[in-house]
Amino acid sequence: MLAQQLINGLTVGGVYALIALGYTMVYGILELINFAHGEIYMLGAYLGIIFLAFFTAIGLTSYSLPLALILTFIFSVFFCSSYGLTIEKLAYKPLRKAPRLSPLISAIGVSIFLQNYVMLTQGATDKVFPHLFESAGIEIKGAIITYMQFFIIAVSAVLMLLLQLFITRTRMGKAMRAVAQDRVMASLVGINVDTVISVTFIIGSGLAAVAGLMVAMYYGLVNYSIGYIAGIKAFTAAVLGGIGSIPGAMFGGIFLGLFESLSSGYISSEYKDAYAFVILIIILLIKPAGLFGKANEEKV
Amino acid sequence: MYLLEIRDITKRFGGIRAVEEVRFRVKDGSITSIIGPNGAGKTTIFNCLTGITRPTKGAIGFLDAEITRLKPDKIVKLGISRTFQNIRLFKEMSAIENVMVSQHCRTHSGFLGAITRSRFFKNEEKSIREKALEYLELIGLESSGDMLAGNLPYGSQKRLEIARAIATEPRLILLDEPTAGMNPQETSEMMELIKKLKELGRTVILIEHDMKVVMGISENIIVLDHGVKIAEGNPEEIRKNSLVIEAYLGKEH
Repeated sequence: MLAQQLINGLTVGGVYALIALGYTMVYGILELINFAHGEIYMLGAYLGIIFLAFFTAIGLTSYSLPLALILTFIFSVFFCSSYGLTIEKLAYKPLRKAPRLSPLISAIGVSIFLQNYVMLTQGATDKVFPHLFESAGIEIKGAIITYMQFFIIAVSAVLMLLLQLFITRTRMGKAMRAVAQDRVMASLVGINVDTVISVTFIIGSGLAAVAGLMVAMYYGLVNYSIGYIAGIKAFTAAVLGGIGSIPGAMFGGIFLGLFESLSSGYISSEYKDAYAFVILIIILLIKPAGLFGKANEEKV
Repeated sequence: MYLLEIRDITKRFGGIRAVEEVRFRVKDGSITSIIGPNGAGKTTIFNCLTGITRPTKGAIGFLDAEITRLKPDKIVKLGISRTFQNIRLFKEMSAIENVMVSQHCRTHSGFLGAITRSRFFKNEEKSIREKALEYLELIGLESSGDMLAGNLPYGSQKRLEIARAIATEPRLILLDEPTAGMNPQETSEMMELIKKLKELGRTVILIEHDMKVVMGISENIIVLDHGVKIAEGNPEEIRKNSLVIEAYLGKEH
């Protein structure tokens, strides 16, 4: 039972972590909570269904399922990144110098718009994601890890590792850290801040797209409102780890997934969605800056 | 030959005139000091020069370009960089990373190069690191390259800011109170460093309160008071100027 709950928790946690990274990266750079981020995740799931249907129609899925899947991922990521970039340019960039509340309200507006846009174009009922993997799996000490779960855990882990390498090793990663620490100073060493912001939205949205697509494959059902609760939970995970901190978001997501899974297993699954917020309140009372966050003084 | 030409710049913040019709020119390869009491508008001029704020009126010419309305990162690429009075290092990054991030505006491998780790990218990355070490050596910090910038002692942080500024390979470097808060020993080291910058062919403008430093190294001194330029000249001329004495010590009655 324990092992099974840990596996379930890791699966959900990996997904939370991928979404939480988008929140935390955007916050780190713009000090903006991008409430439209959950919707990008939802779009990733829908685009996955659409592209997979397309590849099935042209016969690619029956020719080679792995190839069709890889292409589905690539296309969803590409489109979600474009959505993320467009949202940044249209809804946030014009408000760069406005009071901090304005882009926040703009973000909520984008979120409502995207939900309704998907509801109107795709319908209000659940969409089914085709069943691709067998439900079977590998048995480890009485617990079963399905192939799908293994896939989700592995993909999340690899993406997080790649992101970590990107941030620490590459020049764009260094530029991103510089912008997060001091935007004006970053421009004074020749960093094009607008480019860095664009890249941040592209990466964050791409990760959310992968998360959305994997969840759609895992649960098999997609609905225009799934971005809302997933977004709020991932945001909780980001705050838990310390918003603005990348390792914090990874840890926060996995921790939240495990906590949720264990408490629904051992206490009651009826309150599944409430556990996340209970833990958020506890963390905020004990360590308001989050587990990995630093209590930062107000910038003067 | 003049490297920089400031033509009658004025900067108003609401009703306050921070800088009023200031004009001066800076010779290539020289050391210029801007002095004046607090609130004289010295840092505002630096902010205008680096694109952080735009002058309300007037124009700034650098080399053959007009830079008055350019964004900071474009101005850096043209060849002006600066330090701050209150240190603004990337504290969460190591000393060497602070310098490396500055060099990137002069290098070429983009996103694709980093992902594919092409040979060109690897070679360039290696030469950036080597060059960064040279900059650290120049300021005497080569052994602390991997320390977080925020954990370095105060004097080292001040020098690291200069290394980071030089790493953008500027023609003109603006130093905002480089010796503020330093002891006499550190101050004279800083003076040596500034002279070395000149020897390396950089043009330097500094804002400075320590008269020993100002008189010791500047070829040209510009005196501001309440946003207005009240005097300009070499150290000898400034020392004797009655307007300057008045601005610093008050009027004799």
